[in-house]
Amino acid sequence: MFRSVTAGLKEQADMTVYVNGVATPAWDGETVASILLRVPNVGRQTPVSGETRLPYCQMGVCFECLAVVDGVSSVQGCLTPLKNGMRIERQRGRREVGQ
Amino acid sequence: MNYDVVVIGAGPAGMAAAVKLAKLGTSVCVVDEQPAPGGQIWRGVERNATSPVFNALGEDYQKGSFATAAFHAAGIDYQPSAQVWQIEDGWKVFLTAEGKSRCITAKAVLLANGAQERSVPFAGWTLPGVMTVGAAQILLKSGGMLPEGDVWIAGAGPLPLLYATQLLELGGKVAGYIDTSQKPSLKALSHLPAAWRDFPGLMKGLRWIWKLRRSGKLIRGIHNLRATGEGQLCQIEWESKGNTHKRDAGVLLVHEGVVPRIHETMALGCDHDWNDQQKYFAPRTDEWGQTSRKGIFVAGDAGGIGGWKAATVSGEIAGFGIARFLNIGIDAEKLRRDAALDDRRKRATALRPLLDALYAPPQTPIADDVVVCRCEEVSAGRIREAARASAPDVGAVKAATRCGMGPCQGRQCGYSVQALVAEVNNLPVGDVRFFNIRPPLKPVTLGEIATLQDVEL
Repeated sequence: MFRSVTAGLKEQADMTVYVNGVATPAWDGETVASILLRVPNVGRQTPVSGETRLPYCQMGVCFECLAVVDGVSSVQGCLTPLKNGMRIERQRGRREVGQ
Repeated sequence: MNYDVVVIGAGPAGMAAAVKLAKLGTSVCVVDEQPAPGGQIWRGVERNATSPVFNALGEDYQKGSFATAAFHAAGIDYQPSAQVWQIEDGWKVFLTAEGKSRCITAKAVLLANGAQERSVPFAGWTLPGVMTVGAAQILLKSGGMLPEGDVWIAGAGPLPLLYATQLLELGGKVAGYIDTSQKPSLKALSHLPAAWRDFPGLMKGLRWIWKLRRSGKLIRGIHNLRATGEGQLCQIEWESKGNTHKRDAGVLLVHEGVVPRIHETMALGCDHDWNDQQKYFAPRTDEWGQTSRKGIFVAGDAGGIGGWKAATVSGEIAGFGIARFLNIGIDAEKLRRDAALDDRRKRATALRPLLDALYAPPQTPIADDVVVCRCEEVSAGRIREAARASAPDVGAVKAATRCGMGPCQGRQCGYSVQALVAEVNNLPVGDVRFFNIRPPLKPVTLGEIATLQDVEL
């Protein structure tokens, strides 16, 4: 759905993140929310009907980019810059107590 | 930590105010959600200085570099990547950063937390592939992301025009641009003479429109736009002159203007006024940006939409206003006059009456089967049903349907629910109040609250 302009210009990715366990090249400046738009099957599933959503606003007000980041759920993806080695998993429904 | 002033938001208004206040010798802390200063307009401006997208983002974006440099040089305590979840009398600002909560106190608080895009629900707007134009532009500023496939832009206002221009410049492609604005009324055109005060701004807008017309991809006079697909956007449909049109679509970017972020001022119980032309609430302020609550100031788009230039000026004005409030022995009136702030504000807002009249929010009733509350998945039909069975109040509808109770806390559905309650009760929209905003302003875990130390609660 989206591609990085940088990807065409650089030989190597700036970092590697793990999306649902799969090593994925990523670029400086990217957030968790942008990864959700580049990699299939990682958009959050709503707690109500279970349908899949993808980031909508990118400015912290819609909460459609919630994801499990390094084991912490309900992280707002658009406010979270990617870091090398970061693990990102799909958020299924509500955050669980104790996570 | 104790400060004279806490500024919330590091966009044009927050940075301008903080720099002024620091120069006047007050202690300032700036708290911001983003990892770097600039707000949404200048998001990632420092990092992007060496990026291939920097040129395409244009002159107004590049100007952000000067503002962030001045901000860093001013010796201000800066707390990035922080979420403010509660503000209490005194003033106590509770925030969470990196999983830990803190309370900072200040004599005055400046809310410079900006705006958000107006939510306009339509069939299929929750499908993956549909997002706002602002979101796409932020993606461009965060890692140089360009949309791929059949990209459609549908909306009204300067932002979609600007984004389309930036996208084409970077070699992106647009399948079509649907202008959803109404035909300009005589009343709108009556604002044209005043708009000439901002001649470059006016010309820039006309140039964007002209470029778009020449591309042959401009579609006008449509209604009933909808997005369709199973679990993902596949097509868009609309009606025009009695015919239904269908097109393949991979990405649909929508935009119907921006509205102030009011959750903070609403939660603080500040007085608000209804802007009936642009259909939003804005906190009522005096000529220094102070709200009805002493010591709570507002600057920038959070006080009413004016754009980044006006935000910078209002930030400077609020800076002087706060210094005046703190009684630190300055002549705020003179400083304001010497910096010609009121003239600068007049110039910066010259285009606004024309833009507001040209791009009025859409007033088409929302179809019953359209989801209005994205978080709790409440349809317009259910909201109407609840509204018919209760007093003309959004609170009753919220209690009956859960609309506005999800993680976004009504930031997406608030104005739509208000409009639906007004519609059902045949009331002017401005006569129906907004949701009651209660703490926390942003989701916070018990674990995070438990990290609070040395707080007298």
